[in-house]
Amino acid sequence: MIKTDIIIIGAGPTGLFAVFEAGLLKLKCHLIDSLAQPGGQCAEIYPKKPIYDIPSRPEIMAGDLVDQLMEQIQPFQPGFTLGETAQDIEKQADGSFVVTTDKGTQHHAPVVAIAGGLGTFEPRKPDLPNLLQWEDKGVDYIIKDPEKYRNKKVLIAGGGDSALDWTIVLASVAEQVTLIHRRNEFRGALDSVEKVQALKNQNKIQLITPAEVTALEGNNRLSSLTINHGETTAEQPVDYFIPLFGLTPKLGPMAHWGLEIEKNAIKVNNSLDYQTNIPGIYAIGDINTYPGKLKLILCGFHEATLMCQSAFQRIYPDKRNVLKYTTVSGISGFDGSRKEAQKSTIKTIE
Amino acid sequence: MEINITVIDRDGQEHPLQAPTDMAMNLMEICKAYELPVEGTCGGMAMCASCQCYVLSQHPLQEKSPDEEAMLSEAFHVKENSRLGCQIQMDEKLEGLKVELAPE
Repeated sequence: MIKTDIIIIGAGPTGLFAVFEAGLLKLKCHLIDSLAQPGGQCAEIYPKKPIYDIPSRPEIMAGDLVDQLMEQIQPFQPGFTLGETAQDIEKQADGSFVVTTDKGTQHHAPVVAIAGGLGTFEPRKPDLPNLLQWEDKGVDYIIKDPEKYRNKKVLIAGGGDSALDWTIVLASVAEQVTLIHRRNEFRGALDSVEKVQALKNQNKIQLITPAEVTALEGNNRLSSLTINHGETTAEQPVDYFIPLFGLTPKLGPMAHWGLEIEKNAIKVNNSLDYQTNIPGIYAIGDINTYPGKLKLILCGFHEATLMCQSAFQRIYPDKRNVLKYTTVSGISGFDGSRKEAQKSTIKTIE
Repeated sequence: MEINITVIDRDGQEHPLQAPTDMAMNLMEICKAYELPVEGTCGGMAMCASCQCYVLSQHPLQEKSPDEEAMLSEAFHVKENSRLGCQIQMDEKLEGLKVELAPE
């Protein structure tokens, strides 16, 4: 079991910055996120888009903001459980919590901070008859290990970056890769579009546009797809159908944790410390709601800071604590690193 | 300056709304301001289609940008008259605009 001081659910900007504020108070953090990389929406949805309202940063790319936060919290050595969704939370007799993910990883801490943004990102599933019936029997929405598709016939549907990227990867692994999209145009990095074009020119993949999968057939496993391509309808034998239509956020398992929910957000007490109706569980950033709430990264930073002060008091009820300024006290990392302002020298000039 | 628009929610209920034209607001934001069930997940970057709607009235809307075209090509329940609410800026020409929210 992973033990820490604060379990942070959600590794977006707010969750990452909470590690820094906790670190200043010598509290250790462990982050859980359903995505494979830290950064939340900033990394997953719009890494290359600029943000203009981060104080002192006239313009910063969302992806760069995440990289800089990762650098800032590095001295505080946060742990990460990535690609797993926080599924259950159990309050222990001593008031601490055990958070278990969908893969069974267990985390134990006296404080839990939910920084889940809009929720857990889940794949968007196309509206196809019987689609659900073939899940794990030939239909995948997320590719975890390309080796699974070695020497198999794969059909990928979608027109964005992930459809393009996986087409490129699987082209050298699978027996046959077909990419289909409802339009002729793809939206992705230029480099990826060009690579897919080259693969098509070399007959290494089959590209069908504008086209759509309209039906799935098989016995115990998916074995063929019906494809509508303009006026024609064709059957295509496949081992795997991988629709890649992006991700959509859902509040997910947290909705059943007994937290007070209002309009898809977790209610907190904003006048104090962003604690939820369950003492010891906090909610910070876009996932929470209170009168006057604004879903802004900069507000998430503020909430993370207040949350950490309160978490400290909860963990060490008898310890006195006073706000310290990093300029004065510097930063002592858990990795033994030390950052501090340069001391001024006192010396007579002769 | 305000215009009157009508938004039909996913239960078929009509909501007459007053939309300011001088606040640089788009249809997704107007819906959110009136607490209609529009998520606006991506914040208005034409990257999520959670504000997709069907335009029922004949108004001179701005052409779709390549981003909006691309998103609509990946979205579900798309019809001929589908648009992303976040890409429809409120202006005087849209007086009487009528839209229906697409299924989630």
